Amino acid sequence: MNEWVLHPGLVLIVGALALPWLRGSLRSTALLALPLLVLTLVWQVPDGAVWQLHFMDYTLTPLKGDKLSRLFATVFALMAFGGALFALRQRNRFEVPAAFVYAGSAIGVALAGDLVTVFVFWELMAVGSTVVLWCSGTQASYAASLRYLMVHLLGGVLLFAGVAGHIAQSGSVDFARMTLDSPSNGLILIGFLVNAAAPPLSAWLPDAYPEASWSGTVFLSAFTTKAAVYVLMRGFPGTELLIWVGLFMALYGILYALLENDMRRILSYSIVNQVGFMICGIGIGTEMALNGAAAHAFTHIIYKGLLLMSAGSVLYMTDRRKCSEFGGLFHSMPVTTLCGCIGALAISAFPLTSGFVSKSMIAQAAADQHLLAVWLLLAAGSAGVFLHAGIKFPWFVFFQKDSGLRPADPPASMRWAMIFFALLCVALGIWYEPLYALLPYSVDYRPYTGSHVVTQLQLLLFAGLAFFAMLRYMQRTLTITLDTDWLWRRLLPALARGCGVVIATSMAALHRFGLRLGRRLWSWVLRYHGPQGSIARTWATGSMALWVLVLLLGYLVLYYV
Amino acid sequence: MDSKAHWLDRPRNVKRLWRGFLAVLVLAVLAQLAIMLHPHFAVEGVFGFAAWYGFGSCVLMIVAARLLGLWLKRPDDYYGDGDRHE
Repeated sequence: MNEWVLHPGLVLIVGALALPWLRGSLRSTALLALPLLVLTLVWQVPDGAVWQLHFMDYTLTPLKGDKLSRLFATVFALMAFGGALFALRQRNRFEVPAAFVYAGSAIGVALAGDLVTVFVFWELMAVGSTVVLWCSGTQASYAASLRYLMVHLLGGVLLFAGVAGHIAQSGSVDFARMTLDSPSNGLILIGFLVNAAAPPLSAWLPDAYPEASWSGTVFLSAFTTKAAVYVLMRGFPGTELLIWVGLFMALYGILYALLENDMRRILSYSIVNQVGFMICGIGIGTEMALNGAAAHAFTHIIYKGLLLMSAGSVLYMTDRRKCSEFGGLFHSMPVTTLCGCIGALAISAFPLTSGFVSKSMIAQAAADQHLLAVWLLLAAGSAGVFLHAGIKFPWFVFFQKDSGLRPADPPASMRWAMIFFALLCVALGIWYEPLYALLPYSVDYRPYTGSHVVTQLQLLLFAGLAFFAMLRYMQRTLTITLDTDWLWRRLLPALARGCGVVIATSMAALHRFGLRLGRRLWSWVLRYHGPQGSIARTWATGSMALWVLVLLLGYLVLYYV
Repeated sequence: MDSKAHWLDRPRNVKRLWRGFLAVLVLAVLAQLAIMLHPHFAVEGVFGFAAWYGFGSCVLMIVAARLLGLWLKRPDDYYGDGDRHE
């Protein structure tokens, strides 16, 4: 226990709150220095519980270190740095600070030793990311942010219920490995999976991320889903269900990305696809698989950030986002094209790129466990990644037919951010030992065997052949493809309107019935009690005397009977 | 830039690229004759497995995506977000 170690996540969050008030070069310096400071702080966190505090009857551990935590915190801090460099020219003063709060919360999740801390940072992530979306300033982004927030608050409620139940049952707040033996653990798993963009709510991701600004999407792509990968890896490794959830996500992401026309929505579906690979690895659960999933999360954050930076640069320079409007941009944007292509090769796990040394560990783990179906689907998924992200994205944006657009490369800060991440993608693919040294378990795996390189090249190159052979069927149209967000953008509102109509009609019918009933009652009252009613009208004295006589006679008769 | 066509814009060079690509494909398959493969499963032992599996699964995915598109494709102003794509 050591109180003198600073919490890297909190440092980033508190620092972010000061940023909106800085100007000029002071601001730029702070934007770049803060993530680097946080990166060094992450490496000061020793193994084991570092901060502990007592809250009610429980001992919370807001800061706890081990290899897995440091791996994720490291890449989150790295991403905050790269993203901040890319976003230096962002004119909105609040976007990068909000992104830092978001990144700091993700680091907080990665370094949390108990479930309460996880939950607190989890919700803070939802807040930070929503503000990043707001900073885009369009009406579409505001509407998308509300849908985004709705899904994440729902996930948060499920997670909170699960955490509360888990603590009540086990009496422990520690965030350790869990099994699916109780409803509360099931709720925790569902809460985690919502953020991982697992079905059926997966549509929140491609709905919201492409609506952020040119720099906002770069930040959004990194933290929420990968923090979810981290908590799944810590909480539910080896849960078989996750294998199938992951494979579904991998294939779903490919099919939707193939149909998509918006360049950043293609890349958003590709995030779901990549997270699917990681979740599948977590489901397999062996040391090799978990190493693979962790390594893949690390490399993915960098190459996906790079891909979205290249897309963001195109958006920044052209103010367009549809593939059908692009083409031939390589003429005037050589740096962006080159960096985008490096990102595309890395996501496709081409030899000599970072994806090659990380993703193959997951496939290797499936082979080691003799899971033939899983291995085959992973291989098909790998080929499909090359199809939708590796070729489709760069082809339709930078090459294909010449659109006549001649935007220049983006300003220097954006170029350097892309070059930095592109270098990382290649460097990690060649000198992979430092990455392997960071992984949670010791690595006994060599990615560059002749057999592996040749089979991977065959798989990818022939996937490329399929793309160009079927190019006719890949041409972009001005369409979207309905996803599950249709449920809450169309079906639920329609149901609500339908219910409104039913309620209004039945209220009107009830009103009419009430009126008729009232009228009938009134006419009945009038008939008997009105001025001419049989009960209320004035009677002649003679008839009164007669009736009194009858009554008295009746009384007399009864008396003697 | 506009006065002189980029070398990639000339049809002759595109044709050359295609030929080069096909040659690389053949080489990638032939390379496995020179290298000891380590198949994990029996099916991997089939000659050129990764090549035809990669090609076949991609064709299948493109066809599946087309079918999905027939069912679920909508005009991109379907949700009525006027400024969504501009």
